Amino acid sequence: MAAKIAVRNLWKIYPTPDGPLSVLEGIDFTVAEGEFVAVVGPSGCGKTTLLNIVAGFEPGDRGAVAVDAVPVSGPSRKGIVISQQGSVFPWLTVRRNLMFGLDGLPRQEKRRLADHYAELVGLKGFEEAFPYQTSGGMLKRVEVARALVVKPEILYMDEPFAALDALTRVRMRLELLRILAQEKHTVLLVTHDVEEAIHLADRILILSSRPASIRSILKVPFAQPRKLTSPEFIELKEQILRELGV
Amino acid sequence: MRGKTKILAPAVLVSVLVVLWWAAVAVSETIIVPTPWRVVLGIVELARQGTLLDHIAASLFRVGSGYLLAAALAIPLGIFMGWFHGLFAALNPLTQILRPISPIAWIPLAIIWFGVGNMAPIFLIFLSSFFPIVLETTAGVHTIERQYIRAAQNFGVGGAALFRQVVVPAALPHIIVGMRISLGVAWLVVVAAEMIALKSGLGYLIIDSRNAGNRYDLVVAGMAIIGVIGLVLDNAMRRLERLKEVRWKYGR
Ligand SMILES: Nc1ncnc2c1ncn2[C@@H]1O[C@H](COP(=O)(O)OP(=O)(O)OP(=O)(O)O)[C@@H](O)[C@H]1O
Ligand SMILES: [Mg+2]
Repeated sequence: MAAKIAVRNLWKIYPTPDGPLSVLEGIDFTVAEGEFVAVVGPSGCGKTTLLNIVAGFEPGDRGAVAVDAVPVSGPSRKGIVISQQGSVFPWLTVRRNLMFGLDGLPRQEKRRLADHYAELVGLKGFEEAFPYQTSGGMLKRVEVARALVVKPEILYMDEPFAALDALTRVRMRLELLRILAQEKHTVLLVTHDVEEAIHLADRILILSSRPASIRSILKVPFAQPRKLTSPEFIELKEQILRELGV
Repeated sequence: MRGKTKILAPAVLVSVLVVLWWAAVAVSETIIVPTPWRVVLGIVELARQGTLLDHIAASLFRVGSGYLLAAALAIPLGIFMGWFHGLFAALNPLTQILRPISPIAWIPLAIIWFGVGNMAPIFLIFLSSFFPIVLETTAGVHTIERQYIRAAQNFGVGGAALFRQVVVPAALPHIIVGMRISLGVAWLVVVAAEMIALKSGLGYLIIDSRNAGNRYDLVVAGMAIIGVIGLVLDNAMRRLERLKEVRWKYGR
């Protein structure tokens, strides 16, 4: 079976006032249909850059990125990005945000879908709220729901829960797992939270510090639900942290 | 601030100033500067004559026409200047040159071009309103965070829909600030513009009151009315800033 996402020998060099800055050096990996792959790496190593290139927002300088064996030439609804900074439109209500990507459908249908996904992520009752009236955790839920509602085949998540408190972070992971069990998506998650990666992913890609290259790719051998405190879990976490040089 | 203090504090300050004014007139025994009471009587007199509302209407009409015309042109121009770097590079130097020229400096040319009818003040209002709106709108587009544009593109929203659904609403808080600033300037300018050879408007009222018998009570009455209308206009614009669609940018 062909890979859902195929990244082949990808290089990225940014021109800067101080000369060229090499960020990605020969990144090579694939993601299978329905697979959950996490990318971990030190801060500033090029994780966001990698995600943006795969999602079509930036070109690579060398190498190839393909989704469903078609070279990526720009962003598409096939894969929705949940960005690091958050991109919920502050001028729209929660419901309007969820309806944003549904242009072309009849109004009632848009609204029905929006409300369905609002409920799915636990936002029932907040459909009419504006983003500034919600909490950080709720904003992330809005962003996840807004991505899900267009039924993308791929979710690109860039540190989606990094800004949340520890408790909310774990709760959001569990909810994401619950949703993914219902709706099969391929997921590429960028994070520097090793526990989050092990908790969620089928495979983990470990990047070196900038310029990023792949240090190793490992399979997470635990079935869901995973127990964060099991000796094997902690063992794997320590192994990955060692690889990251912690 | 609590709602009560918000009204009480300025009210106390104004009362104190009025008392000081009254005392100053009494102590100096001036016969030129009127007491607050004579100003109030002046306003009553103007209202009785029935011309006051006509003067106010004339001024508001000129401000309204020039201001709305300016907004109708400046908002689209500012959006495009903010979005298209080439257009910004081409037009920004020109706006920066024209912007600091006081609308008052245009009065002689305005009279040559438009005569002494309504058109000259409307033109001056237009000029004074145009640049603040262009600048703020452009700044509003320049400060749109990239992730909003990217999210829209991710959902396949581009072209005119991108402007309508993302660029304009994202820039709207800035646009409203520009419109508030320029309405203040417009009101400032209409009074100055009406002091030249028109037969109506609050500016004319002031000049005419002095020329026809040094009625300084009516001069100050005109000034007070201008101030109060300015306050009302500003409050109306501030109301726009409280819309939920734009509140996010102003920090609650
Ligand atoms: N457009 C750009 N122009 C120049 N340099 C850039 C650009 N975007 C990113 N960089 C640089 O590339 C490097 C990698 O950035 P990137 O955002 O991909 O890192 P990251 O791994 O996502 O970091 P973090 O963990 O902090 O989110 C950084 O040094 C950054 O300064
Ligand atoms: Mg990043």
